[in-house]
Amino acid sequence: MTARNPSRRLALCLGVATAVMLGALGGAQAQQAPIKIGSFLAVTGPASFLGDPEAKTLKLYVDRINKAGGVAGRQLQLVVYDSAGDAKQAVSFAKRLIDEDKVDLIIGGSTTGETMAAAPVVQEAELPFISLAGANVVVEPVKKWIFKTPHSDRMAIEKIFEDAQKREFKKVAVIGGPGGFDQSCRAEAVKLAPRYGLEVVANETYGANDTEMTPQLTRIRSTPGVQAIVGCGFGAPTVITARNYKQLGMQNIPFYFNHGVGSDQFIKQSEGATEGMRVPVAAVLVGDQLKADDPQRPIVTDYRKTYTEAYNEPISTFGGHAFDALLIATEAIKRAGGPDKAKVRDEIEKTKDLIGVDGIFTMSATDHMGLDLRSFKMTEIKDGKWVLLY
Amino acid sequence: MANPALGRWGGLIVLIVVVAALPLVLPNKFYYDIAVKTGLNALVCVGLNLLIGYAGQISLGHAAFFALGGYASAVLTTRYEWNGFLALGAGAVATGIVAYLVARPILRLKGHYLAMATLAFGIIVSLVLNREIWLTGGPDGITVPTLRLGDMRLRSAETWYWITGGALVVVTYLALNLIHSPSGRAIRALHGSEVAAETLGIDVARTKTMVFVLSAVIAAIAGSLFAHADRFITPNEAGFLRSVELVTMVVLGGMASTFGAIVGAALLTVLPQALAGFDEFKHIVLGAILVGTMIFLPKGLVPSLGALIRRWRR
Repeated sequence: MTARNPSRRLALCLGVATAVMLGALGGAQAQQAPIKIGSFLAVTGPASFLGDPEAKTLKLYVDRINKAGGVAGRQLQLVVYDSAGDAKQAVSFAKRLIDEDKVDLIIGGSTTGETMAAAPVVQEAELPFISLAGANVVVEPVKKWIFKTPHSDRMAIEKIFEDAQKREFKKVAVIGGPGGFDQSCRAEAVKLAPRYGLEVVANETYGANDTEMTPQLTRIRSTPGVQAIVGCGFGAPTVITARNYKQLGMQNIPFYFNHGVGSDQFIKQSEGATEGMRVPVAAVLVGDQLKADDPQRPIVTDYRKTYTEAYNEPISTFGGHAFDALLIATEAIKRAGGPDKAKVRDEIEKTKDLIGVDGIFTMSATDHMGLDLRSFKMTEIKDGKWVLLY
Repeated sequence: MANPALGRWGGLIVLIVVVAALPLVLPNKFYYDIAVKTGLNALVCVGLNLLIGYAGQISLGHAAFFALGGYASAVLTTRYEWNGFLALGAGAVATGIVAYLVARPILRLKGHYLAMATLAFGIIVSLVLNREIWLTGGPDGITVPTLRLGDMRLRSAETWYWITGGALVVVTYLALNLIHSPSGRAIRALHGSEVAAETLGIDVARTKTMVFVLSAVIAAIAGSLFAHADRFITPNEAGFLRSVELVTMVVLGGMASTFGAIVGAALLTVLPQALAGFDEFKHIVLGAILVGTMIFLPKGLVPSLGALIRRWRR
């Protein structure tokens, strides 16, 4: 375990601000061409909750890494395109990154839709791709060149259902959008419910650009016996769902959201409608509430501090996904001794006990995400703050 | 132009030369990919120009036909494992039938009402593609398999460049032929005055329907090719903005000018890519270029520039 290895742990605690030693070593070879990291993210559009902090995190940390001497003796160069969360643009930018910018590695795809659209292009071009998308489908079945950092939708549902079971709920309703992540998440909910003694009595879909979820929520309200609602989704639609939920006075029915809402922006924009909602999130969002001996505490604290100081805004789990992707990539490039695509891919797959802000990553040929439920925390929103439950 | 035959076929020859010579200056696959997108947009615009430029009918729902073709290919090849070319043909025929069915009631309308009706049609198609997830995969789109010709897999951007280029030349040739045929003259007569056309014995309803169906079928074929070339399609292809984009291409390039439609399509496909480096300013720069073109070259690029050159020669 790295956690028990003090020297390695210390290095990781410093975050991606790569070892100064490497910088000293690399000084002599600074003239070498930079290692190119490409990225397409939903910086604008309905999924900008995700893409914006992701892009900011990547820019911030690539700068820091470069100031500290780069990776494997070479500087990093970041190319970011704004896909606006649109799958079509994601494909086009993936092609551009590969053929025109000739990047060595891609981090990106804020959403499942973008990632799955770009997946065939990346697989064919054979270069490592670390996705920031939530759904299981990204890494299941395993695709040779594709990895991901966030917890999966299945894990979110498992965590939610465990909690629901503890509260002795029997009947739940599911609500979500038509996008790839939402679809996958709802399918998981229907599939996993019986294992937790639950029954999905209502399964409602809203449209991608809907500005009103009242009809769906009303149908859930009029379904007899609903004890809890599970929301699948991210970005603007989740905010609208939360607001409508409050407007309809449905707070007597507990609401769970998946980790796609993991940012302060969600709470703020929902204008108080999120009180009492429970959400499983990555540790980074509740970094200050982690136990003192939690192995993730140092790196999480460091990331929160660095990001907040640089941008003067609260952190989100999404920026954390990007941070981890960059960490996994740079560690793999270091071990591979350079940006050779096949070697870096193999090294990413060998990532073991790497402490990130999302959790502790141990990847394998059959697991291209490498997280387990330990690092997934159940939170409740109280007084507009994320409060760690367990 | 001095010699009308030269004007008619000269342009086509220029097009063929450009298509044949372009690969000499395309540095990598990414540029081929943009060239393919340009060609497919140009294909749709040549068809749309017959309707807007020559027949004088507006369509704000043309992206729907493009998407119908594309989704026919996508759904038939993935879910029902049809041969790609068969799916393309089926998509074109089906879209033609849909266009025929909507043409009869819609084309009785004029001006704003016609625009509204085509707009509504486009939105309906877009809604269906977005919401019928079991069939279309929803807003995140659907992955389309590679087109196969016998044992050959039509996959690389270079291959698709030649397919699109060839299709564009053929469709342009057919469009030019049509415009200069008796039917073409009938179509153009509609633009001038429907009443006058009717007095001359032209079956207005039939002619309008024919142009509408023809442009829809061309759009559907382009859509099918797009789905296979990109191996991915989303409902955005049917969206309102996409329809507006297509009309803008035709208007920008120059209405009632086949080559204008091609130039407009090329410009509006390449510019956003060229401007991607401007980040936030991209939309402002693009907007400024469009506004500037419409103010200084109100008839569209090709006709305005053509007039300018003729005046300068004199």
